[in-house]
Amino acid sequence: MTPEFWWGTLRALIIIAFVLVGVPPVIWWERRLLSWMQDRVGPNRVGPWGLLQPIADGVKLFFKEEVMPAAVDKFVYWLAPAIALFPAFVIGATLVWGPNPMLTPVADVDIGILWVLAISSLGVYGIVLGGWASNNKYSLLGGLRSTAQLVSYELAMGVALYSVLLVTGSLKMTEVVARQQAPLYDVLPWAQNWFILTPYGFGAGVIFLICMIAETNRAPFDLPEAESELIAGFHTEYSSMKFAVFFMGEYAVMAMFGAIFTDLFLGGWSPLPLNWDYLSAQASAAHLGWLSSALSFIGGAWMAPVWFIGKVFFLLTVYIWIRATLPRLRYDQLMNVGWKFLLPFAALNFVLTAVWMLFGWLAFGIAAAVVAAGYLMVVGFVLRPRAFKDAAKVHLVDVQANTAQTIEVQR
Amino acid sequence: MALVLNFLVLAVIYFSLNLHLLGISQVLIYTGLIMMLFLFCILLLNLSAPQMLTEPSYLKRWAAVLVTGSLLVVLFSQIVGPWLVPVPPNNTFAGVISNAPDDFGTAKAVGNALFNHWVYGFEIASLLLLVGIVGSILVAKRRG
Repeated sequence: MTPEFWWGTLRALIIIAFVLVGVPPVIWWERRLLSWMQDRVGPNRVGPWGLLQPIADGVKLFFKEEVMPAAVDKFVYWLAPAIALFPAFVIGATLVWGPNPMLTPVADVDIGILWVLAISSLGVYGIVLGGWASNNKYSLLGGLRSTAQLVSYELAMGVALYSVLLVTGSLKMTEVVARQQAPLYDVLPWAQNWFILTPYGFGAGVIFLICMIAETNRAPFDLPEAESELIAGFHTEYSSMKFAVFFMGEYAVMAMFGAIFTDLFLGGWSPLPLNWDYLSAQASAAHLGWLSSALSFIGGAWMAPVWFIGKVFFLLTVYIWIRATLPRLRYDQLMNVGWKFLLPFAALNFVLTAVWMLFGWLAFGIAAAVVAAGYLMVVGFVLRPRAFKDAAKVHLVDVQANTAQTIEVQR
Repeated sequence: MALVLNFLVLAVIYFSLNLHLLGISQVLIYTGLIMMLFLFCILLLNLSAPQMLTEPSYLKRWAAVLVTGSLLVVLFSQIVGPWLVPVPPNNTFAGVISNAPDDFGTAKAVGNALFNHWVYGFEIASLLLLVGIVGSILVAKRRG
């Protein structure tokens, strides 16, 4: 057993522990934050501030009767929740949590960004197989709708990631994070080049955020689990532990996508987009030794996982915020947004990123202005006010005021 | 289901041969997208799974288990072996000392080859895909 083997095992154990231990706080925070946003209190009976609520949920699910319909395909029925859970661990393993390469990522794969896309597309199988194995038309419908939704949004997600890829020049996650720690726009030495702060990265980040919410089947894209429409969608026939696994899988994947967004757009493990090493050197040059060591501690390897988890937490808050705010999208609206809006914008963002890289920011600004003007002209032309085709002329007579007018009414 | 597993195992074999880009493309495109569309058809047409065919002859069953088992052992030793027992460099027992460049199989090497040497094939393949897309849109539009 080589020492690499043992370090690898340690890294794998760390990530498994993180994901498993991280799910209950997410559940608690979701219920509390959602309640506050809905002007109510949320669970506060079970422990101080309801902190033991997820444990109570777990105990309840454990003791619930496991109902399995007789006519299901047993192997697939059993396998589907497991498939829904495993992407969280596998993706989390390739993410960079801190600067120490012996502790994270578990494997710095050469194809980091593609790995994330590929494994998230494998997570869809859990949902579609769960819907089919339940032998229930509503679950099947939920599963199919979810598949179509996820596949559509995966494409837009991929194209949004390609802008990041173009700027980084490499697929590895460590390279992406390292690129974001370079000076902002390569000009300001004291700031970090987080991709969300660059115009092309901001566009890609927004598109990726929307696709991320769609990929995890969260509101406003949660038609597959539509609690009020399709009974419970693909997990109708699942009870007790298997439902717990689906449930856990959803929250774990949410947290993992938050971590992916942090690594790709928010610069990884640094709390603020400031170059801590540069500032620390400046401070020690100005004879402020205490400031210098404080700055290098903040940006250093010990605090790195803390800031990373803090950013993931912020993204989970955004997830819950959006769930509390926006109504559910209807299925055709969902597909419209994915194909007609997000995919073209992601592709445009990609082209504009290439323009920035080749010709600089001025050309990017001009190109973006031209594209925006062109888009507005096209939209203005398509949606121009015009006469209705089969309009009927209706004669309106106002008897009291003694006036009359003729209007066109659409048939 | 077995087909999905087949694709995943093929991807694992690609990874073990250092073909990173090919392996991940296998997972992303074949397993992630194409098999999904396959499943769509199966689910929408409600095709029932055929009765599992059991091989009647015990001899053939044991032969199958033996062959599969030995294949598994060979694969396992090659893929997991170097992690368990360190392989010395220039290991002549392995037979071949590889002449491949260091970044063999990575996206960079494949991209270089595709855009420099094989650019004609690349562009013609993308045109073929475009023909496929336009054709499928026409067929779908004619139906509805």
